[in-house]
Amino acid sequence: MNEIFEDIERWRAVDQRVAIARVVDIEGSGPRDPGAAMAVNSLGEVAGSVSGGCVEGAVVGEALELLEGRRKAGITSFGYSDDEAFAVGLTCGGTIHLFIEELDW
Amino acid sequence: MTSIYERFRDLIRAEVPVALATLIEGPEVGAKLLVEESGSTLGGLGNEQLDRVVGRDSIAMLDAGMSEVRHYGPEGEARQHDLSVFIECHARRPHMVIFGAVDFTRALASQGKLLGFRVTVCDAREVFATRRRFPMADEVVVDWPDRLLERIGSDLGPRDAVCVLTHDAKFDVPAIVGALPTRVGYLGAMGSRQTHEKRIKRLIEEGVTIEQMERVRSPIGLDIGGRTPEETAVSIVAEIIAMRTGRNAPSLSEGQGSIH
Repeated sequence: MNEIFEDIERWRAVDQRVAIARVVDIEGSGPRDPGAAMAVNSLGEVAGSVSGGCVEGAVVGEALELLEGRRKAGITSFGYSDDEAFAVGLTCGGTIHLFIEELDW
Repeated sequence: MTSIYERFRDLIRAEVPVALATLIEGPEVGAKLLVEESGSTLGGLGNEQLDRVVGRDSIAMLDAGMSEVRHYGPEGEARQHDLSVFIECHARRPHMVIFGAVDFTRALASQGKLLGFRVTVCDAREVFATRRRFPMADEVVVDWPDRLLERIGSDLGPRDAVCVLTHDAKFDVPAIVGALPTRVGYLGAMGSRQTHEKRIKRLIEEGVTIEQMERVRSPIGLDIGGRTPEETAVSIVAEIIAMRTGRNAPSLSEGQGSIH
């Protein structure tokens, strides 16, 4: 979390809304442990990461939907991606569960 | 008034241990309870009983330095699954205490910092134990090992490490004797098998038992054939990691023959 405060502070200073996604649980092999966090502002700018780069793109989409009021805070999971061309997931075979919410607390 | 986020941010930046519990499944998704080691809290999860139980669990998890999801009943009952709470813990940094201000110490202090340790370098010789020689260390202490351990020994715990690199019985022996009664998770001492045999004799004269000696990793490090200070530092931190995770990596202290 510490590594993303600087960006969050900069965004808050100009009244940007911010969504935070945090790894809360992993099953099997996952790249980051619970607590790994990433922040996304309403322009789609990103700080931090929740995987080895496998799902960050999809997380930005979820975060923007949240900030635009098209989804609620809650758990989003990503599992193994097979060879379907557009599937988003982890190549390492594990599943990660993220909690995505707005930083309004 | 300070928000939960601001308090959380300030405590993490000040390296004060803090846990943040977030309700992630249940009636008030997103509700938060911030818990400090002292037990003082900010916010709430919607039920006083639940807050009390989560507060207690958070303090225990802070000690172990782990973050995970816990499940509770509506009023914090155990073995029920109505609510899921993610408890994110920011424990204090683990502490690495290195005795001996030698060349190996520079490399080990840098490796320790890379892995997130707070690093203290201690040597009784003030010409060696200088800030200039160890700019990467958080603290450089000119003192005898037993005196430093008398001051900080009770703060050492399972996530911490004591590495004795002095290579000189005059310093090694008091460092090991001082570290043995602490709860420190890793205790290693540098030296060849021959040096260690001699050291064991000295330690036994000091009243250390053979069982106690089994806690001391010596020769220090994993058996990866490291030679330079930098390679040796890698083998030491790798042994610290393997010990914490309980993996079966080959330690030099469990083998025989030459260490290089």
